Amino acid sequence: MNFNLLYHFGRYIMLLRQAFSRPENWSMYWKETLRQMNDIGIGSIVIVALISVFMGAVAAVQFAYQLDGTLVPRWYIGYIVRDLAIIESAPTITCLVLAGKVGSNMAAELGGMRQKEHIDAMEIMGVNTANYLITPKVVAALVVIPLLVTLSAYIAIGGGYLATVPTGQITAEEYARGLRAFFIEFNVTMMYVKAFVFAFILTTVSCFQGYYVQGGSIELGKASTNAVVFSNILILLADYLLAVLLTS
Amino acid sequence: MIRAENIFKSFDDNEVLKGISMEFLPGKTNLIIGRSGAGKTVFLKILVGLIIPTSGKVYYDDIDFFSLNKKQIREIRMQVGMLFQGSALFDSMTVEENIRFPLDMFSNMSLAEKRDRVNWCLERVNLPGVNDKYPSEISGGMQKRVGIARAIVLSPKYLFCDEPNSGLDPRTALLIDELIQDITYEHNITTIINTHDMNSVMEIGDNIAFLHQGRLAWRGNKDQVLETENEELKSFIFASPFLQRLRTQALAAKSRS
Repeated sequence: MNFNLLYHFGRYIMLLRQAFSRPENWSMYWKETLRQMNDIGIGSIVIVALISVFMGAVAAVQFAYQLDGTLVPRWYIGYIVRDLAIIESAPTITCLVLAGKVGSNMAAELGGMRQKEHIDAMEIMGVNTANYLITPKVVAALVVIPLLVTLSAYIAIGGGYLATVPTGQITAEEYARGLRAFFIEFNVTMMYVKAFVFAFILTTVSCFQGYYVQGGSIELGKASTNAVVFSNILILLADYLLAVLLTS
Repeated sequence: MIRAENIFKSFDDNEVLKGISMEFLPGKTNLIIGRSGAGKTVFLKILVGLIIPTSGKVYYDDIDFFSLNKKQIREIRMQVGMLFQGSALFDSMTVEENIRFPLDMFSNMSLAEKRDRVNWCLERVNLPGVNDKYPSEISGGMQKRVGIARAIVLSPKYLFCDEPNSGLDPRTALLIDELIQDITYEHNITTIINTHDMNSVMEIGDNIAFLHQGRLAWRGNKDQVLETENEELKSFIFASPFLQRLRTQALAAKSRS
């Protein structure tokens, strides 16, 4: 079991080494990176917006419920929703969802290319396939996912507003006061550090799973599932480690 | 010329290739034939460097392929074209983009020059005017021809074809065979074809290697196939009673003349 883990980790590192080498033709890589940015970014806006609005709304409603009958001012709802969105829910939940959507898609795409001999065809042409197929995905994710996370944080805050202000639980002024209270700029930095790290994990792990697929449709399905499962586990592990490192 | 020397390949305990040595000549259609599971595809993939042999060497014009570094391997591979069994055309690209892909990646040609080259290749495989179609919009035979066009776009010295006729009707299969043979002769390419199509063997087999149970069991050309006394080869090629009768008649006609 341990040797198996080491074997896969070694293969993962070797694949990354192969992937992050000098591209053969910059313009081809640039085109592929733009295509990936479109797939990852534009293709994920709706799902990210949807989960974010509910994350913010649920956080606000739950916190309002907990504040009932306490001496804590109700404008704290805005403060809690803001920090929860920035520190945790926007980077982590968004990336967990993206691991399911984008990660499984990447693993299936690369696995399908492997099975249909597209990767072999590129190898025969002399293309560094790991470099051409993986690097644009990683670069695109590193650019686009932090933007999606930013969007998610804004929408979550908006969701909190929608769940509490129109329903009369607090006033708009109270919510805004909460949003402005105790703001720590470093929390935004923490959000972006998490977004970059999680984006790297979910793309490289998913590509690793897809790139080495062997066999038929069952193996492809397994690779796609593994991409999501391992990405999620590693994102949560990294989330904990970053929380310890960045807050100590 | 490509030369394989004492190639062994095992997958776990299963020894697939058991010491195969042979030469593949330029300007000839070199065929590797054999039953399913004989090791043809593994051997072809070793020749092209997609699978590393357990032991043995492959030489491209006396250059030991497996001793080369990545850069040198890439230089050799830019002289290699390959037609895959399923054509391996990229689904998200049009026919023109598929054929242009190696040029986009490795050449400094202008777009107009690349388009000219793509059009020349498409005309060479008798498929003019399909530039903007996607692989899913053309037939299997057309996909094979696009695959050949992509394989020859960089003017390769070596052409590999893995089961070029699989899934095609006999007429289209013959057209593909003739096309591969014509291109081989025109450009003096070292062409290696992995097949179990008997029409191909009898039509374009300049240099035939018969693999049986991981070993090289017979070598010759299409004329010698008819007269072979190798039992394994006979039972493989003339498998049906109809083909056996044809062989008998052909031999009788030959002896009369």
